[in-house]
Amino acid sequence: MSGAVSPRQERLVLLVPLATLLLVSVTKSGVVTAFAGNARDATLRVCADPNNLPFSNTRGEGFENHLARMIARDRGASVQYTWWAQRRGFVRNTLNARECDLVVGTVAGMEMLASTRPYYKSTYVFVSRRDRRLAIRSFDDSALRRLKIGVQLVGDDFANTPPVHALANRGLRGNLVGYTVYGDYREPNPPARIIDAVVKGDVDVAVAWGPMAGYFAARSRVPLDVVPVSPRIDLPFLPFVFDISMGVRYGDSTFRHQLDDFIERRRSSIDSLLAVYGVPRVDRPPARREGDGGIGGG
Amino acid sequence: MYGMRQRASRGPTRAIRWTLAALALALSGGCKPEPSKSTGSVTAKTGGAVVANGEVDLPADDGQWVRPAKDFASTRFSGLTEITTSNVKNLRTIATFSTGALRGHESAPIVVGSTMYVITPFPNVVYALDLTKPGLPAKWSFNPKPALASQGVACCDVVNRGLVFDAGKLFFNTLDNRTIAIDANTGKPVWETKVGDINLGETMTMAPLVAHGVVLIGDSGGEMGVRGWLKGLDENSGKVLWTAYHTGPDKDVLIGANFKAYYPKDQGKDLGVSSWPPDAWKIGGGTTWGWISYDPTLDLIFYGSANPGPWNPEVRPGDNKWTSTIFARKPTTGEAVWAYQLSPHDVHDYDGVNEQVLADIPISGQTRKVLIRPDRNGYVYVMDRATGQVLSAEPYGFINASAGVDLTTGQLKMNPEKEPKLGKVVREICPAAPGTKDWQPSAYSPRTGLLYIPHQNLCMDEESLSANYIAGTPYVGMNVKMYPGPGGNRGEFEAWNPQTGKQVWAIKEDLPVWSGAMVTAGDVVFYGTMDGWFKAVDARNGTVLWQFKTGSGIIGQPITYKGPDGHQYVAVLSGVGGWSGAIVAGGLDARDSSAAAGFVNVMRDLPSKTTKGGMLYVFGL
Repeated sequence: MSGAVSPRQERLVLLVPLATLLLVSVTKSGVVTAFAGNARDATLRVCADPNNLPFSNTRGEGFENHLARMIARDRGASVQYTWWAQRRGFVRNTLNARECDLVVGTVAGMEMLASTRPYYKSTYVFVSRRDRRLAIRSFDDSALRRLKIGVQLVGDDFANTPPVHALANRGLRGNLVGYTVYGDYREPNPPARIIDAVVKGDVDVAVAWGPMAGYFAARSRVPLDVVPVSPRIDLPFLPFVFDISMGVRYGDSTFRHQLDDFIERRRSSIDSLLAVYGVPRVDRPPARREGDGGIGGG
Repeated sequence: MYGMRQRASRGPTRAIRWTLAALALALSGGCKPEPSKSTGSVTAKTGGAVVANGEVDLPADDGQWVRPAKDFASTRFSGLTEITTSNVKNLRTIATFSTGALRGHESAPIVVGSTMYVITPFPNVVYALDLTKPGLPAKWSFNPKPALASQGVACCDVVNRGLVFDAGKLFFNTLDNRTIAIDANTGKPVWETKVGDINLGETMTMAPLVAHGVVLIGDSGGEMGVRGWLKGLDENSGKVLWTAYHTGPDKDVLIGANFKAYYPKDQGKDLGVSSWPPDAWKIGGGTTWGWISYDPTLDLIFYGSANPGPWNPEVRPGDNKWTSTIFARKPTTGEAVWAYQLSPHDVHDYDGVNEQVLADIPISGQTRKVLIRPDRNGYVYVMDRATGQVLSAEPYGFINASAGVDLTTGQLKMNPEKEPKLGKVVREICPAAPGTKDWQPSAYSPRTGLLYIPHQNLCMDEESLSANYIAGTPYVGMNVKMYPGPGGNRGEFEAWNPQTGKQVWAIKEDLPVWSGAMVTAGDVVFYGTMDGWFKAVDARNGTVLWQFKTGSGIIGQPITYKGPDGHQYVAVLSGVGGWSGAIVAGGLDARDSSAAAGFVNVMRDLPSKTTKGGMLYVFGL
């Protein structure tokens, strides 16, 4: 379950000191290399989506690309990517096919992989044009009844993004306009089409995941308002806030502990990085940028 | 815990004994001489008509197998008689051929003249094998080189359900949405038409059907927001002649003046718009990845559309037409003549893409031109194929998701207690999402009058919520968990009498039966199991007469043909995979019960029973 740190994750904090035990080996070329877990050489093998800002792309422009570089530098390694659209089959064909060893962004507690401690928590947000002055803050706002509301669809059996359920439960299904998160993969960052729809006026308001919405709203030629949704959890259990972790394979626990350690040690840098990308945070106030390496990456 | 319906096995019914009387006539049909290689002589008719006086009028069998379903009627029945219930025990392996592919092999080999053709799952390589030489050596191969990205952007699996021969050419679809015609003699491409885009989530896995000079094809990917369609392409040029969508206004669905649905529930203007919330039909699913049949006399094709998507059920109130629907259309124009929605407002992922077997059978003392359709929702529908009237709809497995079909209104009586909803725990939904039967096609023998149905026996729970993440977007999904249905067996191979709507015999299989079926005039039925056993069964009583363990689980479609030496052979592709076999072919983690949309939970033992790898097996006496 997301939304809270699980007992397992709390327990792992206690194991962090173990992660500092690095093994040393001599590679075929004779170069002494520090490695641990399954990082067999000085390469950090990252599984990533080639076309999904603000998270990652092949030009290395996403905050997950930056994070990967920070981790690699921390380990004295270089980054090598396996690109695969982050969809059904992503974890199976990349991480679990051993094509790569690290997924930089995943929802905490996802079953297909072992997740690290969360490094940020964000929220779904209402996105609307500032010139509309809608000021929607809650799914219970009666103004929604008169609006066209953009929502995102994931095509999972019996489930969609949480705003779809929340709005349908409030009798607003007739107001919804659906955008698949898959979009048209020929275009840059396909999930962002829902933000384009707000800008163009195709919908009055959209409910989208914060990191994506925050990033594109900050870069929009038309000023947009980005407002965290309320409530954070719709009863009985429909969360709009999610913890985001890194993911490794089950069994790569040494590597996972090292990443937990990295997240703890470099927390302020990570916070600064996320702030620059406009990620709405609900776990802590966005941190000021600090001088410990920052977001420049390697 | 389950109130299992009694479906006792019984001996041959009166109708069958009555049909038996006509055997001599059928047998005397014999086999025509080898057709000329240049034309391939496609003469398939609708499956042997049983005329009113009880005589079986079987078309002479040309010994070929030019399309996955054998004939336009999709009977998968061969008139060849050399292999019989008495000698099938002597079957031995004549040749094997490795396809070099590791994913699920769902396709049927086809045989034209003295050549066999095999298509692999992605990357969809076509091989031509020489049947005149010992060991059946390859003559040529054709690699369409589908985009590697189609594996990642595509929704589901990388299977291919077969290729088809007509007028000197082979036609097939690639995963990356190309329909390709190649010269059957040389393997050289004749034309290629791109009909969809992987970047929009579309893929293609179905086998085309060529009817009246039109290559009929459809798309996959409803979960990705694809709007489903069927297209007709000119056989000679590859030009798209028409596109019929399965959602949206009548003009897009090709519903016009000549359309007449039998039931009021399927009548009205622009139902493909009005049965959805505003605009939801634009990304409404209803793709086409299953089977098409053709009746040359009525000049109608019959096929079904898949489930609605990608909205979850609560957000798409209405019937969501025309998803999970059987259409009858004219092949040359695509014009719809009738439609019948099997599962309105589907909530269980019951795609409506299964096969339509065409036969002329006595119903209540009258010979009717029917379409027999074992649907994913668990009922065998027997329908008047000229009008779309449902003559009967009886359960061929355990069902509690619905309580039958009202024959007056044509309405499926859904059980609201089994309707899934986010956050609501629903247990024991039967059948599970793959239905009582998925894509795996049944066979029909006009000699026995029985339909041979390979299928699964699975139920599912929808319970705990779990966090998921797609394209940088977190959400909470339901965990679907499948498990064996009543009796504990996960699969069954059953003989079904469509005249009485009753099971005649059944073989319980431990694993889901995910292979197709094939039946011969020697009264032998063939099918394969997911742990690799290829079985020959007595068509009249289900006695297993012969079995052979192939190298991998079988999810392909068996065929039979007459070789250049005049003898009868049987062929099948072995190579586990598909949705049910993803745990092996896709190397899924058995600890993740929700993997493969919950299918992994019920297939945890499969990796200990089989390994992946595609191989063609050819058997003879």
